[in-house]
Amino acid sequence: MNNKAAGRISDGKWFDAGIYVISALILIVVLYPLLFVLSASFSDPVKVMSGDMWLLPKGFTMEAYKEIFNYDAVWTGYRNTLIYTTAGTLLNLLLTTLAAYPLSRKDLPGRNLLMFLITFTMFFSGGLIPTYLVVKGLALVNTIWALIIPNAIATYNLIVMRTYFQNSIPWEIQEASLIDGCSNFRLLTHIILPLSKPILAVMVLYYAVGHWNSFFNALIYLRNQELYPLQLVLREILIVSQSNILDQAGSTFGMDEKLLLAESIKYALIIVASVPVLIMYPFVQRHFVKGVMIGSLKG
Amino acid sequence: MRHRVQGALVPAVILTPCLGVTTMQTKLKPPAAGIAGTTLSQRERFRSEQRRLCRRILVRYDLYLMLLIPVAWYLIFQYGPMYGVQIAFKNFQPAKGIVGSPWVGVDNFERFFSSYYFGRLLWNTISISLYSLLFSFPIPILLALLINEIRSQSFKKWLQNVTYIPHFISVVVIVGMLQLFLGAQTGFINVLLHAAGAEKIAFLNSGEWFKTVFIGSNIWQNMGWQSIIYIAALSGINPQLYEAAKMDGASRFHRIWHVSIPGILPIIIILLILDVGHFMNIGFEKILLMQNNLNKDASDVIQTFIYTNGILKGDFGYTSAIGLFNSVINFALLILINRFARKKAETSLW
Repeated sequence: MNNKAAGRISDGKWFDAGIYVISALILIVVLYPLLFVLSASFSDPVKVMSGDMWLLPKGFTMEAYKEIFNYDAVWTGYRNTLIYTTAGTLLNLLLTTLAAYPLSRKDLPGRNLLMFLITFTMFFSGGLIPTYLVVKGLALVNTIWALIIPNAIATYNLIVMRTYFQNSIPWEIQEASLIDGCSNFRLLTHIILPLSKPILAVMVLYYAVGHWNSFFNALIYLRNQELYPLQLVLREILIVSQSNILDQAGSTFGMDEKLLLAESIKYALIIVASVPVLIMYPFVQRHFVKGVMIGSLKG
Repeated sequence: MRHRVQGALVPAVILTPCLGVTTMQTKLKPPAAGIAGTTLSQRERFRSEQRRLCRRILVRYDLYLMLLIPVAWYLIFQYGPMYGVQIAFKNFQPAKGIVGSPWVGVDNFERFFSSYYFGRLLWNTISISLYSLLFSFPIPILLALLINEIRSQSFKKWLQNVTYIPHFISVVVIVGMLQLFLGAQTGFINVLLHAAGAEKIAFLNSGEWFKTVFIGSNIWQNMGWQSIIYIAALSGINPQLYEAAKMDGASRFHRIWHVSIPGILPIIIILLILDVGHFMNIGFEKILLMQNNLNKDASDVIQTFIYTNGILKGDFGYTSAIGLFNSVINFALLILINRFARKKAETSLW
């Protein structure tokens, strides 16, 4: 495959060839469904249904996207998701930092006990129903707070951030500022946070993607359709309606145009819903990976 | 800027418990000290240690202030439910509240164990988790080993970045895509099967295919992402080990087997422990989305049962009991595997 391989033991070449064949297969398996959805969203639904379209768009059309444009529920969902993602991520960031920094300080009495109580919740929880009852008891059900407050801190992220504070910011700097009479709050806002941009980026990304993609909390806590985030709207259209279509069409084959369009709308919707995350992906994936690495260090 | 040791600035809230400790201790200490025949100087030393601890806490009062809201959050949203789980042992009536509802002992548990669904729920939960461990767990490791063997740096990066993408697609979209590809009538694969003259397959509407589709799509979505950690661990292996193995005439396959795998074994064990720690709640949000009446015999798991009977039907006490049963099994498994790993492989979470 390349020159370095030439002089190696005889099995080297075949081994390399095998590696590249398997890698190519994996690439195809991962990419094909994604490309198919993209192409199908721009194709004539008849061509998609008949299996004519298999890689590139056939009978190019934007009909599905135009249809979505008039679909109010989708845009309300989009707006709601934007609000939940922004507000939720800000609160996540605030609370996670406020918890992670003090817990990263080795000179804090009681830190081990607190860490134990926090880590414990990763492995044992009261369960779905008692949590639901707490949220209900606080009258958060059917408000936007139900999507923001109950998951204000993700323990895993908290531990990742604490590990970063502990390992990447020299204690000497902190000690020096404290001796100079700097308060801990000022230390956090003026020294620690400016030094922690990488981990803050990781946190924003983790939390934001989490909010953008989540549907379950909305499913259990929201009744009012006006408050539905995008993922719940998608669920209605992509999954719940699918069974309805089946019921209507049954085994009869005469699918009318409306049903055909409904199918291509689904492809387009998938694109519309995933585009924000996937567009930023190439720019930020480095940070995501960094997050996993930091998280893998034992705190 | 204020000097950090300023007693007057310390809020009373934080002062009182601290003082409380000292007064309580001084009250208790003298008689005990008298019995043990402690000398005055020892008592003095103890009290000065107390004072030093108190001072260490007081000086850092603003760190505790920072922790105030997060700790309150943990108490309410994590420990609140743990307190509320007592309704598992009660006949919960919303009007009477958690504390007011009458105790019924283990009735809720008995009802669950003798229920018609118990066997099916337990089997589905355990089998889906087991198959996931068997198939989803090793694949990221294999992928990492594969990526580690690629010589071209740019192709390596490419493959990595592409395999991470599906991780960022939401569950709802993934299940939507499954419908579009595997749907009984209009799914792409069935259209192809039909065109080839084969029978259509009800991938999503039969219990037979449910687990395969569920686990297969999980692997597709997560293998790249989960491989990151192994790739990082592999890049940390000392290159001299590979060189030495090569000198000894080890083939590349042998080098993977005798150098790479032992090098990442500790990480593999840690992740295995963590996976087992979530054994009973594998991806139930996705299962819920994929569930329909036709595949329920294979897709009904403990968590989805809790959702339907608790959230939708309002049988809170009963489903809390089921949830507690689930959590306890999970926790027990975690402790067992951790102990086992510590003994056998000398690697463990704690």
